[in-house]
Amino acid sequence: MEIVTDLINAIVLLLNYIVVPGLSYGSQLALGALGITLIFGILRFANFAHGDSMAFGTMITVLVTWWLQSHGINLGPLPTALLALPAGILMTIALLVVTDKCVYRHYRRQKAVPVIFMIASMGVMFMTNGIVRFVIGPNDQRFLDGERFLVSAREFKATTGLSEGLSIKLSQGLTIVVALILVALLFWFLQKTRTGKAMRAYSDNEELALLSGVDPDRVVLVTWVITAILATIAGTLYGLDKSFKPFTYLQLLLPMFAAAIVGGIGNPVGAIVGGFVIAFSEVMVTYAYRKVFVYLLPQSLEPGGLMQLLSTDYKFAVSFVILVLVLLVRPTGIFRGKVL
Amino acid sequence: MLSGQDMVGGYGGADILKGCSIEVDEREIVVIVGPNGAGKSTAMKALLGMLPLKQGTVMFRDRNITQLTPQDRIAKGIAFVPQTHNVFTSMTVLENLEMGAFLRNDDIASSLDQIYQLFPVLADKRNQLAGELSGGQRQQVAVARAMMSQPSVLMLDEPTAGVSPIVMDELFERILEIRETGVAIMMVEQNARQALAIADRGYVLVVGENRYTDSGAALLANPDVRRSFLGG
Repeated sequence: MEIVTDLINAIVLLLNYIVVPGLSYGSQLALGALGITLIFGILRFANFAHGDSMAFGTMITVLVTWWLQSHGINLGPLPTALLALPAGILMTIALLVVTDKCVYRHYRRQKAVPVIFMIASMGVMFMTNGIVRFVIGPNDQRFLDGERFLVSAREFKATTGLSEGLSIKLSQGLTIVVALILVALLFWFLQKTRTGKAMRAYSDNEELALLSGVDPDRVVLVTWVITAILATIAGTLYGLDKSFKPFTYLQLLLPMFAAAIVGGIGNPVGAIVGGFVIAFSEVMVTYAYRKVFVYLLPQSLEPGGLMQLLSTDYKFAVSFVILVLVLLVRPTGIFRGKVL
Repeated sequence: MLSGQDMVGGYGGADILKGCSIEVDEREIVVIVGPNGAGKSTAMKALLGMLPLKQGTVMFRDRNITQLTPQDRIAKGIAFVPQTHNVFTSMTVLENLEMGAFLRNDDIASSLDQIYQLFPVLADKRNQLAGELSGGQRQQVAVARAMMSQPSVLMLDEPTAGVSPIVMDELFERILEIRETGVAIMMVEQNARQALAIADRGYVLVVGENRYTDSGAALLANPDVRRSFLGG
């Protein structure tokens, strides 16, 4: 009987520290990688400003959340940020569309090579980053309110009688649900609507899409709008889950690009799979397994160390290593996207 | 119906077209042949507006369309099948056909039926990705995509390049059927003999100029044309 309890405890440990965080972080990365992959598929460049587009959208959401909170408006158990999201999305759409008109359109007319677009996007990245830090400052900001937990560790222990607790934060549950809905909507849009098919056609074969009468300006506009929606929601969910700090969004660029490339850049399904591959790799490699082994092994074999493969300080190295390996072994990624 | 007169122009460098004139009328198959580098494809692309003309005019249904963009010309009823990359490989056959009808706002069901009658194999493969089809089937998708816009002029750039002789015969067979629906057809062909055999009119271009213009049968019978361009 004790063996069974130990086994269940070990499973709960893994659920609590690997599966739940991996799913929510993976959803956030997937949404971010989808934005990167859409821009790459349609506009054909690696958009380095994507992390800061997320930061900008989240910043607006945070500001509007504070304003709503100051007026006593809230969503009860749900975070008020959900109410502020539309404002964040609209402002981000405005930012991205204006940037496109001022910067990228110029290079499109010149028929510039992708690397020029990429460098231009780095300029946009620094500009956006500057705006965000100028407006809200470089520090951590708290904007989470409402219920904290869907399942709290204490309640879980009390109801199950286990010694390990399972906690699921509301922000984690919310992340997974919202990501599911958003991805379903995106795929419905790309597969079933006229505009979505035009986008896929344009991504597949630009010349032939033009010969079929697709309006390139409209495709580009719609792409930026969708990217803004994805970026703002991904950024806000990440901010609710962790906290909002402008610099972390710049750091997210690496795992998000890794996710997009691992899955096959330009391929939306790949971006989602890639997001979870990266998230689970990071979480699994940096988790200390000592307690799991304590439950599973007889006392005489109890491990001495933390049983941690890599310190959490090195978590970005994980996505970097995966990125390099994929580029070396299978540059098109899991789902045969385009080669960078 | 569609004609280019005294066209001069190129892609920026030296002129490829040096005063060449081609035209096609309703229910007519026009074939452009000539040696490599004669400007056959370029002449056709000039009609579509894909290269800037220094001189010459392009007329469509008695209107001067020389200044129109390719998109505007397509909207007016000119369809083009490029030689390569002429299908959306990551989309299904049906989606390819839908993209062909992108500018149409009416119900496309009857057009789809027509296309499936013309190319029965596409009906079976409608939900398969175009990239997974054989070369000959892909060419059928390419032609069918262009036909979905209900064009009055269909232009084909070497539709039989790289397909087997059997597939080529079948494709020409389909092109003859398309002509019966009232569409004007203009094509550039490497397989000059076979193409001229179904042509109502043929143009032989050499270094960007018209060398011979005659009915397909007359060109095939012309000893000079045979010797110089059809390999004896």
